[in-house]
Amino acid sequence: MSIIEVRDLNLYYGQHQALHNINMEIEANSITAFIGPSGCGKSTFLRTLNRMNDMIQGVRIDGSVKVVGEDIYESRVDVEILRKNIGMVFQQPNPFPKSIYENITFGPRLHGITDRNKLDEIVESSLKAAALWGEVKDVLKKPAYGLSGGQQQRLCIARALAVNPQILLMDEPTSALDPISTAKIEELLDELKTTYTIVIVTHNMQQAARISDKTAFFLNGELVEFDSTPVIFQNPCDKRTEDYITGRFG
Amino acid sequence: MSAGNLTRRKIYDRASRVVFLLATLLGVAALGILLYRILSDGLGWLDWQFISSFASRFPEKAGILSALFGSLWIIGITAPVAFILGIGTALYLEEYAKKGWFTNLIQVNINNLAGVPSIVFGILGLGLFVEGFLFGRTILSGALTMALLVLPIIVVASQEAIRSVPQHLRNASYALGASKWQTIRGVVIPAAFPSILTGFILALSRAIGETAPLIVVGAVTFIAFVPSSPLDQFTVLPIQIYSWTSKPQDEFRAIAAAGIIVLLIVLFTLNATAVYLRNKYQKRY
Ligand SMILES: Nc1ncnc2c1ncn2[C@@H]1O[C@H](COP(=O)(O)OP(=O)(O)O)[C@@H](O)[C@H]1O
Ligand SMILES: [Mg+2]
Repeated sequence: MSIIEVRDLNLYYGQHQALHNINMEIEANSITAFIGPSGCGKSTFLRTLNRMNDMIQGVRIDGSVKVVGEDIYESRVDVEILRKNIGMVFQQPNPFPKSIYENITFGPRLHGITDRNKLDEIVESSLKAAALWGEVKDVLKKPAYGLSGGQQQRLCIARALAVNPQILLMDEPTSALDPISTAKIEELLDELKTTYTIVIVTHNMQQAARISDKTAFFLNGELVEFDSTPVIFQNPCDKRTEDYITGRFG
Repeated sequence: MSAGNLTRRKIYDRASRVVFLLATLLGVAALGILLYRILSDGLGWLDWQFISSFASRFPEKAGILSALFGSLWIIGITAPVAFILGIGTALYLEEYAKKGWFTNLIQVNINNLAGVPSIVFGILGLGLFVEGFLFGRTILSGALTMALLVLPIIVVASQEAIRSVPQHLRNASYALGASKWQTIRGVVIPAAFPSILTGFILALSRAIGETAPLIVVGAVTFIAFVPSSPLDQFTVLPIQIYSWTSKPQDEFRAIAAAGIIVLLIVLFTLNATAVYLRNKYQKRY
């Protein structure tokens, strides 16, 4: 069953149309990768899935985005609950200037969890799920800024998991990291997909080929081709997809 | 490039170094002489009798008690009022107000108010608090006037602090399902707090040294009691010091110096608190 269904989606930044008539269905418990040259609208599209575009002035959207069958752009939708349900990890690791512990508990506290034991439990389980527990369990009260870039990014993943989302959106989460940290996060994603649905933007085609089940190729705000990852990389239907993955442009 | 040119550049290089060093030393020396004169004049008079007595015509009986308490009362009321209004205004302008001509107008006005001479605020306070609200020539009128005086400084400093909180921290909070207010309270204010605090304390230091607006709203120079309510009459340290310097007897010059020492101690305490709090909050994460 598809957990996300996008129908005839157009998005405008003022006069500029950044997304053209996107249609897509994303399966639960899978990894979907978005690839395409920079500026083609991958981040913009990702942000329509948890309404982070609401924050940008002058954005207009038409079409529909359904998550678990419900149109998230309907007026009765509570954006805060929507975003709790759809976590997001950004390109630059962005931990809060607080302790590791406080970074993880920030989300649960927002949603009303104050019990100390419960919070301790969430911290441990989230850090374990993000494969960071072993490295930080003795320094939970230390500032998050003391961690390495790769650790910070896994902390951000743990922070997102702490509010127990169904879907995890990731916008080039490894592009600021070294190869070893990148490999760790890729390994992690493979485990996370048993529990979460993952949508990941990546500038790195090998990464998409390595980790994703399905791949979407975007160009100039259009979804050119969306298929299972082996098909996209070995046997694409569209000439433009083939040109892009064989490195003829991009 | 000719050799002469090179030597000349080197000479300029040395000379500018010396000029800047002299400029720095001049300032330090002036401060040193000032401190030395005040301490050597005033320390002899600075004793418990001086701290615990009221103003008097007789040098050996004169003390600073009422002025010290007057200043503390003023700061005690000015600080919370200016703090709450200042941060509130800054948050509104930075986080809530839509950018437009109205917001720009407010912004330009606040920036200009920060440069308005303090006597003008005194006249405003006289009209608004003393006569308008009928608070009279009281601590309350003085403190509210001071709050208005430092408000623009606090607003501008807080706005800069809030603006420098990176957008990506706000996004992280929203992406976890935080509301706007939760984001402001949980992320923006804590991250901006050390800088806000610095601006706030600098503003208060200015308030402690001000005399003109308080004279206009009716501080008096001779008070022989410790104010016990915001609706009491009052004097403050700089006014008391000024009144001593204008007395004919020579002893009062030294007593004024002792008063200045007390004023400086109050200022340093305030600044030290600011530095302590800032370091504490910066270390917290
Ligand atoms: N906040 C914004 N305001 C206006 N235009 C934007 C904004 N963000 C992105 N765009 C424009 O939308 C298009 C797609 O950008 P983006 O989604 O960031 O692409 P990608 O993530 O694929 O590099 C680009 O033309 C970009 O200039
Ligand atoms: Mg992008």
